[in-house]
Amino acid sequence: MAMSAEALEALLRAAFADADIQIKDLTGNGDHYKAIIKSCAFSGKSRVAQHQMVYAALQGKMGGELHALALETSAKP
Amino acid sequence: MSDALEAIRNTVAGHDVVLFMKGTADRPQCGFSNMVVQILDHMGVDYFDVNVLADENIRQGVKEFASWPTIPQLYVKGEFVGGCDIVREMFQTGELKTLLQDKGVALAA
Repeated sequence: MAMSAEALEALLRAAFADADIQIKDLTGNGDHYKAIIKSCAFSGKSRVAQHQMVYAALQGKMGGELHALALETSAKP
Repeated sequence: MSDALEAIRNTVAGHDVVLFMKGTADRPQCGFSNMVVQILDHMGVDYFDVNVLADENIRQGVKEFASWPTIPQLYVKGEFVGGCDIVREMFQTGELKTLLQDKGVALAA
């Protein structure tokens, strides 16, 4: 159960078109990633709401193909 | 509502601070759960830990309950605070302490 960084980025890019996205493969195994996402869509949203938006963009793959995804989200000015 | 969701609702309502985690506070079985345990212990917070590995219905139920796909999950006074990343970030910025104090949760000095 793994996912390529490209596939992960494509899902995020589709949901957050304006975003600055950085993806780090923490283990090299394609199942522990960190994503740093800056998007206007996060403006005024709580951290919980921001992360829920990211999980929604991943369409249920979190917890399945993706074992671990550390998130750092912030609003773009 | 399913039995699992009802049980989760009762647990969250019945304790000031609830941590759904993999393993127990004494013996965490996942690094992410362990990190939240370390933070809460460091702050001297009294919390109720629920080992989701002990009950598959609870393990799936908490994901649905909070619309949150991962574990650990921290609740304070019935409100979902976040998972490992958010709790760590809030601890580092001092927001977690402020939140707990505002909600009237006792902390060790």
